[in-house]
Amino acid sequence: MKRTYSWVTYLQVAPLSLVFLLFLVVPIVTIVVVSFFDYSTTRIIPAFLLQNYEELLLSPVTWRTYLQTLEFAVITWGLTLLIGFTIAYYLAFHVRSPTWQTVLFLVCTIPFWTSNVIRMISWIPFLGRNGLMNSALLHLGLIREPLEFLLFSNFSVVLAYVHLYTLFMVVPIFNSMVRIDRSLLEAARDGGASGWQTLWNVILPLCKPGIAIGSIFVVTIVMGDFVTVRLMSGGQTASVGLMMMNAMSLLQYPAAAANAVVLLILVLLTVAAMMRLVDIRKEL
Amino acid sequence: MLRQRKGPAFWLLTFFFCLFVLFLYGPTITIVILSFQGPAGGLTFPMRGLSMHWFGNLFEKQMVGDFAGSFQRSIALGLATMVVTVLASFAAGLAFRSRFRGSTVIFYLAIASLIVPSILISLGIGLLFRVLGLDTAWYSSAFGAHLTWTLPFGLLIMFAVFNRFDRRFEEAARDLGATPWQTVRHVIVPILLPSLIGVGLFGFTLSYDEFARSLYTAGTFNTLPLEIYGMTTNVTTPVLYALGTVTTGLSFLAIALALVSAIILRRRRERLGSDAGKAA
Repeated sequence: MKRTYSWVTYLQVAPLSLVFLLFLVVPIVTIVVVSFFDYSTTRIIPAFLLQNYEELLLSPVTWRTYLQTLEFAVITWGLTLLIGFTIAYYLAFHVRSPTWQTVLFLVCTIPFWTSNVIRMISWIPFLGRNGLMNSALLHLGLIREPLEFLLFSNFSVVLAYVHLYTLFMVVPIFNSMVRIDRSLLEAARDGGASGWQTLWNVILPLCKPGIAIGSIFVVTIVMGDFVTVRLMSGGQTASVGLMMMNAMSLLQYPAAAANAVVLLILVLLTVAAMMRLVDIRKEL
Repeated sequence: MLRQRKGPAFWLLTFFFCLFVLFLYGPTITIVILSFQGPAGGLTFPMRGLSMHWFGNLFEKQMVGDFAGSFQRSIALGLATMVVTVLASFAAGLAFRSRFRGSTVIFYLAIASLIVPSILISLGIGLLFRVLGLDTAWYSSAFGAHLTWTLPFGLLIMFAVFNRFDRRFEEAARDLGATPWQTVRHVIVPILLPSLIGVGLFGFTLSYDEFARSLYTAGTFNTLPLEIYGMTTNVTTPVLYALGTVTTGLSFLAIALALVSAIILRRRRERLGSDAGKAA
């Protein structure tokens, strides 16, 4: 582009940058500032206190909640990676006609465009005490009493996560896989590699960027989640997001802000670790 | 090709894929069926008759909450988000084709906008408005909050699209004396139209279904996902499923529209593919 047009370039990025500035940067700065504020039962008072952080970090509840959230993140990450990789592998290497590939890929992505809350509650008739799962198991004589752990438990929370977010793994991993040069696979086979060896030593390393991008999505979403935990655990499990929500409903904004800052740092550290594996800008 | 014959691995993976699709769609299909419960029916099977009772219930006045109002607000917000997402990401996509001072910063802001948990954005904007003494509303604070979610996706899609764009079309236009604006209007936009429609529908559905980013930013009047969420704690009748069926149906309609327009555009392009030598 010619130098003379540089003001055009800035005009072109202006709307986007303005949105990020006003609705991302300034709000985050606000959170950080408010996290040092004092508060009473009715209002927030500008101050510079470390008390919000002290109360947060010295409470065993906080640590338990963070651990619980991390546990959800790790389990969900493992499951979505396993399922997402398998589905992407099937679509990329076993479905040969491009038309079928597109159709099946769409079949996987369409649910993503529908409401998450609705998708969560649609598990109720399935997993409930009188739900389909329990009826089926009772009918088959596999259990004598309805299983209670199916709904409103950590099990149903993880199930909902996997249900909602596996797609975030499928898409980037599939994207990495279709770009793999097929002659590499032939070379591996000619060199005497078994199917597993090709998968492990050729395909998997080449999918690393896709895996990293999918992992970043899944892990950050689960770490900041509160809707799924709230709806699917029936109020029996906590998450960091829920903790913030509770503080907000008690009008303890500075306490919620301090928690938000801690969560943000944790998320950014996690992402930074994953970004070391991949240069996102090269992947587009 | 990896496999010449369809071995056991193929069938095993096909089976796994079918299970996955069942897992994705099964619950939704269940609530669609249950939303046609008879008036005496409950939240689970068995079906007690078939009726449209709960759909009627949905549009009655005495229902819990304000379904019609929140629905209109979500549609309006979704459309506004769609328009701004298309325009802003297309413009930014054009700019990002050359390196400029600050491009890295903006790129990382876009990535940050994707990875910062939604609840933090929601909380931050809510706090900001409170500190400034402004009222949050779906058309101001929630609008901005939704854009922080749709714009990064839009920008990344535009990156991918422009990476595959053949710049020779543009150079040809310039050589033939087109102004930069004419080049954009008559060359770039027509070529990228399918992608732009894609970005638009992406933006619409992301906004239409957004919950977390609306939570502390929507103000007095709820958007649809907030209304649905409120209903999940209050409503214990199949009217909830009726609502689920209606909103899911609407999302499917949006997707169908996107697919059909993509197919039509492709057909048209194949038909009109090259107009070389056809000019008068």
